[in-house]
Amino acid sequence: MRLQTATRIAIHAVLELASDPGSQISAAQIAERFDISVNHLAKVLRTLGRAGLVEALRGVRGGYRFRGNAKRVTLLDIIKLFEDIGSDGDDSREPGSHTREGRALRRVLAEFDDTARATLSSISVATMLMLVGQEPPDPAPDPSAAPRAPRGARPRWPA
Amino acid sequence: MAIMHRNPTNALPEVVVRAAQPGDLATVVALDAETTGMEKAAYWKERFTWYVNGERGRFFLIAERGSEAVGFIVGEIRAWEFGSPPGGWIFAVNVRPAERLHGLGTVLFDAICARFRKAGVETARTMLAKDDPLVMSFFRSQGMRAGPFIQLEKRLDS
Repeated sequence: MRLQTATRIAIHAVLELASDPGSQISAAQIAERFDISVNHLAKVLRTLGRAGLVEALRGVRGGYRFRGNAKRVTLLDIIKLFEDIGSDGDDSREPGSHTREGRALRRVLAEFDDTARATLSSISVATMLMLVGQEPPDPAPDPSAAPRAPRGARPRWPA
Repeated sequence: MAIMHRNPTNALPEVVVRAAQPGDLATVVALDAETTGMEKAAYWKERFTWYVNGERGRFFLIAERGSEAVGFIVGEIRAWEFGSPPGGWIFAVNVRPAERLHGLGTVLFDAICARFRKAGVETARTMLAKDDPLVMSFFRSQGMRAGPFIQLEKRLDS
């Protein structure tokens, strides 16, 4: 399964903010952490803000913070803000969709969709943070590597 | 043996997890009915006969706060079903709705897993309805993930 770029950015941002819910983190810090475009991240954060999952705080120490319930907000809650994941979808324009074979294929593919939805709806932000904690630490940045371009100028995950 | 568990939030009194006794039947029926909206007295009476008499490898645990039962978990050691080596199966967990989000389910899960380990098995399993994200989320939060089996079924039309 592949998620769209905006969806992946949203999950990373939510996990970063929820990992330290008491603090405010700037978009630049999140972008740096995950090597993503600040501009793209800002759009994603606006969508997350409208959904009530993050809150933007203004001022000198402004930034973003997670405002959901980490035990109740699931991956599916985040993903469906950005894409139509695992829906049965309208395949009526696909070749052969109205044939018996097409209908049988639709039933099989619906099994995948059901399982995907069930899995994503069962993994909360808190569970994801637990899984993150089980991963080995990220490798330290290579000091000999060439300096990176300013964030926002070189999106690594184009829309 | 009853074991005292500190509540993770430290906001409520300690919980005691103990083996169920025959006298707990009515409480379990009521807890289950409170959660599912369906009273299944005959079913739980049969389950008590199977699980509450101390048979080896069968565990029916009650969580008590003070003198009040606030949750339960049920499981057993099963072996060689579909070629699976011995493992702990959890088939029921229940926490009174008003007691949720205080770590009680985790206390029950840890307690039954400790008994599974003591019985010599290395895996805990369960089976869940796909349309019950609350319970599935709970087990996911305990570190459970998809296992090597997949459940299939067929409608037996007349």
